[in-house]
Amino acid sequence: MSHSVELTNVGMTFGATRAVGDVSFAVEAGEFFSILGPSGCGKTTILRMIAGFLQPTEGRIAIGGRDMSGLGPNQRPTAMIFQSLALFPLMPVWENIAFGLEARGASKAERRAKADDLLKLIALEGFGDRMPGELSGGQRQRVAIARALAVEPQVLLLDEPLSALDLKLRQHMRAELRALQKRTGVTFIYITHDQSEALAMSDRVAVMSAGVLQQVGAPRDLYESPRTPFVASFVGETNAISGTVVEVSDTVATIDTAHGRMSGRSGEGLKSGGTARLYVRPEALVPGLDVENRLTATIERSDFEGAFALLHGRLADGSPLVASVGNTALAEAPGPGESAAFGFETRHAVVLADG
Amino acid sequence: MRWNAEAIPRFLFALYMGAFFLYLFAPLAVMGAATFNASRFPTVTPWRGTTLEWFAALAKDGAMWQALWTSFVVAFFVVAVALPVGTAAALVLTSLHARARSLLYALMVSPLLTPGVVIGIATLVLWRRVGVGGGVFLIVVAQASFIICYVMLMIAARLQRFDRTQEEAALGLGASKFMVFRRVLLPFLRPALYAAGVLAVLQSIENYNTTLFVRGFDTPLTVYIATKVRTGLTPAVNALALIMIAATVIGAIAYEVARRRQTRRG
Amino acid sequence: MASLVERFGGGLATILIGLVAVWLVAMVLAPNLMMIDYALRPNLPPAAIGGPDDVYSLDNITYLAQESVHRTIFFKTVWASALVALATFVVCYPLAFWLAQNATPNQTAVVLIALTVPFWINEVLRTLAWYILLAFRGPLNALLLSVGIIDEPVRWYGNGGVLAGMIYAYILFMLFPIYNSIESLDKSQLEAARDLGASTLRIHRRIVIPHAKAGIATGCVFTFMLAAGSYVAPALLGAPGSRWFTEIIYNWFFEGGDWNRGAAYALVLLVLCLLVVLLALRIARVNLADVAK
Repeated sequence: MSHSVELTNVGMTFGATRAVGDVSFAVEAGEFFSILGPSGCGKTTILRMIAGFLQPTEGRIAIGGRDMSGLGPNQRPTAMIFQSLALFPLMPVWENIAFGLEARGASKAERRAKADDLLKLIALEGFGDRMPGELSGGQRQRVAIARALAVEPQVLLLDEPLSALDLKLRQHMRAELRALQKRTGVTFIYITHDQSEALAMSDRVAVMSAGVLQQVGAPRDLYESPRTPFVASFVGETNAISGTVVEVSDTVATIDTAHGRMSGRSGEGLKSGGTARLYVRPEALVPGLDVENRLTATIERSDFEGAFALLHGRLADGSPLVASVGNTALAEAPGPGESAAFGFETRHAVVLADG
Repeated sequence: MRWNAEAIPRFLFALYMGAFFLYLFAPLAVMGAATFNASRFPTVTPWRGTTLEWFAALAKDGAMWQALWTSFVVAFFVVAVALPVGTAAALVLTSLHARARSLLYALMVSPLLTPGVVIGIATLVLWRRVGVGGGVFLIVVAQASFIICYVMLMIAARLQRFDRTQEEAALGLGASKFMVFRRVLLPFLRPALYAAGVLAVLQSIENYNTTLFVRGFDTPLTVYIATKVRTGLTPAVNALALIMIAATVIGAIAYEVARRRQTRRG
Repeated sequence: MASLVERFGGGLATILIGLVAVWLVAMVLAPNLMMIDYALRPNLPPAAIGGPDDVYSLDNITYLAQESVHRTIFFKTVWASALVALATFVVCYPLAFWLAQNATPNQTAVVLIALTVPFWINEVLRTLAWYILLAFRGPLNALLLSVGIIDEPVRWYGNGGVLAGMIYAYILFMLFPIYNSIESLDKSQLEAARDLGASTLRIHRRIVIPHAKAGIATGCVFTFMLAAGSYVAPALLGAPGSRWFTEIIYNWFFEGGDWNRGAAYALVLLVLCLLVVLLALRIARVNLADVAK
């Protein structure tokens, strides 16, 4: 597979603010690639640099192996779907969809035919002569996608396009986007701050924080093997327990904490005697499991979520602990006010140096 | 609900409204009615008999038609200048950064805060220095210099509601910057352009203060009417005013009917 | 500038900037600078222009200060214009409030259209209507005589006539800004104040007027400026005793033949209007962007 989009040491500085620093990653052709991070982390800046609305102040961006420096958005093989969709309100749907072809000088008959093809693809046949204002939110969404696909881009850039939709429709559109991407084989780069969206849809996810790329990997990788404290706490829920490293090998690290000695898989840059944290997911904490790694907490409340319940407790030093218990095991789980011991397997925890 | 306590304010308010609209329309009614009075001077007292002769007199008033034509020619060129320049001003203004914007804005609205006679005088003295005297050309220049402000404000108000991501979307789809302007921005501005065009025509035809100083030997309608007051006012002028009022009222009613029909449909 | 080129491309940006530059430089700045130039030079026969006597001085302006008739007319124009602005405000405020807060959408539409009818015909014809109405042997005197309110005809032309005609001419310039600013006032604020026991007067003084001050300042500034620069109303509805400053300026240009002195008087009028604008902005603590809605 060839690289579809490649960023090499890309940085962006606005005046005195460094919005993005030294970001490098490569997106494969035909991949569904997400960039995940909290708002203000620089993910939109990266997308706008790929689209050509911004020129990076450092580094280079290549698409299909071609350097994009100095090229404007209308000269790049990309198409963008905006958070606001930015449909042209004064053009009927078909002209919206065919706008990119109009820009390329296609004849009216050609444009109309292509628009009708795409309307079929997005299951909106016969809607060509409606105005965008007459469509529902989901329909507008699909028109925006068709408009972007009409120019047959190598890369489709999506800037949180689902954030304005209600929950039901959002979940439906997720599946539809994913299916559309598989069918067309176009590379998708998808920006979101919603981790469940990123994890559910993507082949790979890049996690960003404060303008810095934290980790790139498959959704499961990110969840199970976070490489930075930020990824560990931002992707999914986790418990962090700080301590001092006492022993570190290639695979396992052991730290001394206020709650005893415990081990997890070792992250990078750990040194004996250095401070570090152990991260363990709520579902890895099993009540009453008798293993080496153990934590005792006083349960304060139990939030029933349907398939599982979240037990919120406090450790002896007052720091919070969250454990999740499957619905079927709920009967034996400790209740509010009780003190309970949880055990977890070493392979279910990660130790990362404080950074 | 304390209707009794509100009865007195309600009565006072009705009285005020009555007085207000009497003030607004009595002069127009008198002016209109005077058209049909067979008196040489336009008035309704005393009534010297009902006549339509003043409409005939108006039709035969060649100088008046010449003045009306002059006003239309001026209005045409004022619109031709003010629409593009006013639109350009609004676009330049909204594309600038905040600091530069407020300074430029002050300069751009300054003609609105300048008395009309001063605009006329300033234009007159500048162009005399380069050897151009008063006339249709200077009327257009002087009127346009402030009518551009109105166009600029109307276009800028519309631009504030423009979603710039539409421009980005068009660019991202491969459109040239000119195509973005022609296919996305201009269509969005079209309603405001029409409204500004109508306003510019009205402002131009209605203008007197500025025109008075730069007219040279040309006589647009307002100047002609004002001159008539000195040289011999006849109800022919009232006939003209009545026609204009009637056209306005019909236009206003048509507009309101259309608006209500639209609201009911939407 | 860079952002313009980026948005519209070099060619279009050049055209846009060019158009604006021609307007602001050739049609706004240059005429005013030339007027100042005229105002500061003496009125000389063509042969002497550029000669030893053609020097800058404030003579034309000090002439106004020393000419007692002109000076009196100038100050009268100032305070009379302020009076026009105040009177127009008093006339318009209740209607603006009603339109913005109490009227149904259809009532508002009808009233706004009715209001604009007199304004679609031009200022000269509007003033002419008053000229006819207020004539010595005109309808108003005839009506008042027949009802018995007066015993002999009143000479309305003069201060009263000018005031009536000017208020009439500038109603819209006062009404619309106030209406717009009151419209943005949340009705629940009025209800809350009423609920807390405030009187109608207090509600207006403490809630409506502070909220609408930008609109009120705008209306007053425009009305003052239009009144001070008005020519038609004083010319048609005035009497010899109610001459207006603009009439004197006109006379310098087209009867006295002294353009330099006329330009100096116009400059004084311009400076006065700008001072009033700045003062009003300061008092109402609003900026220019609010004024030009």
